[in-house]
Amino acid sequence: MLEFISQPWPWYISGIAIAFIMILLLLYGKTFGLSSNLKTVCTILGAGKNVEFFNFDWRTQKWNLYFLLGSVIGGFIASTWLQNNEPLQLSAATIRDIQSLGVSFDGGLNPAQLFGIEALGSLKGILLLVIGGILIGFGTRYAGGCTSGHAISGLSNLQIPSLIAVIGFFAGGLLMTHFLFPLIF
Amino acid sequence: MKGLKFILAGIFFGIVMAKSEAISWYRIQEMFRFQSFHMYGIIGTAVGLGLIAVYLIKKFGIRDTEGNPIVFRDKDKSWKKYLFGGSIFGLGWALTGACPGPMFVNVGYGYLAMLVVILGALLGTYLYGLFQKKLPH
Repeated sequence: MLEFISQPWPWYISGIAIAFIMILLLLYGKTFGLSSNLKTVCTILGAGKNVEFFNFDWRTQKWNLYFLLGSVIGGFIASTWLQNNEPLQLSAATIRDIQSLGVSFDGGLNPAQLFGIEALGSLKGILLLVIGGILIGFGTRYAGGCTSGHAISGLSNLQIPSLIAVIGFFAGGLLMTHFLFPLIF
Repeated sequence: MKGLKFILAGIFFGIVMAKSEAISWYRIQEMFRFQSFHMYGIIGTAVGLGLIAVYLIKKFGIRDTEGNPIVFRDKDKSWKKYLFGGSIFGLGWALTGACPGPMFVNVGYGYLAMLVVILGALLGTYLYGLFQKKLPH
């Protein structure tokens, strides 16, 4: 059993599981959406004192922080007990493309070159992580949601604004991948 | 403890995201290069089932576990904030390969440099709050 679930999970299992989680949260009276946790943490850190946007009762969002804590634990469980030590089955075309940018495929989930501790040894490495984070935090709050809030919850509820947001996600992602990556790496 | 069910749901989410490689920078690159169906399959399946579930919840007026009706709030009618905000997020998504959920799952997985991405995301969120009134929505 453990061996069976330690293999990489196919996309349809993942899709079904994500829909299940969204429905479960609806039945708990909540909405699946993770980026609002970033706002909640800003509020807890005291951002509400100077900026009106953060002045809300963060306790109403405690449930989502629990969910977030769980997701960290889930990541730990997956890497500690559900590993199969097989390299990621990345498409050959992607391996070739990223290698031509100077990012090597090391078989893990993420290139250690960019996300391992060694990435923190260079100013460029740190800057890429910080700037990437700023874009994510700023963009998701501006758009009012991320992949979970707009792409999953919003599209499931036939929200045109969420469709516009998802089009934006891809516009930005394609721009970064195809035009900015060759300049950055 | 009231929070336990949310922690358990989160653990399941973290395992699913990690085991289906949706937290992988490589997989996000593959997606933005249209070189694999994997990520489209995940999002497509989730949305397809989500559509059916939301339809059924509305049709049968299903209530939550506390007995309250499940309400779906419509998003504000606008396009600027969704397109501009969405595009800015998309830039960061492709750069780091992470969304606001997966960045945390990745920390649990052991990619500790993602903590720097999280700090950046908190800073970005704060900057949005600071400049909110000056931005086109």
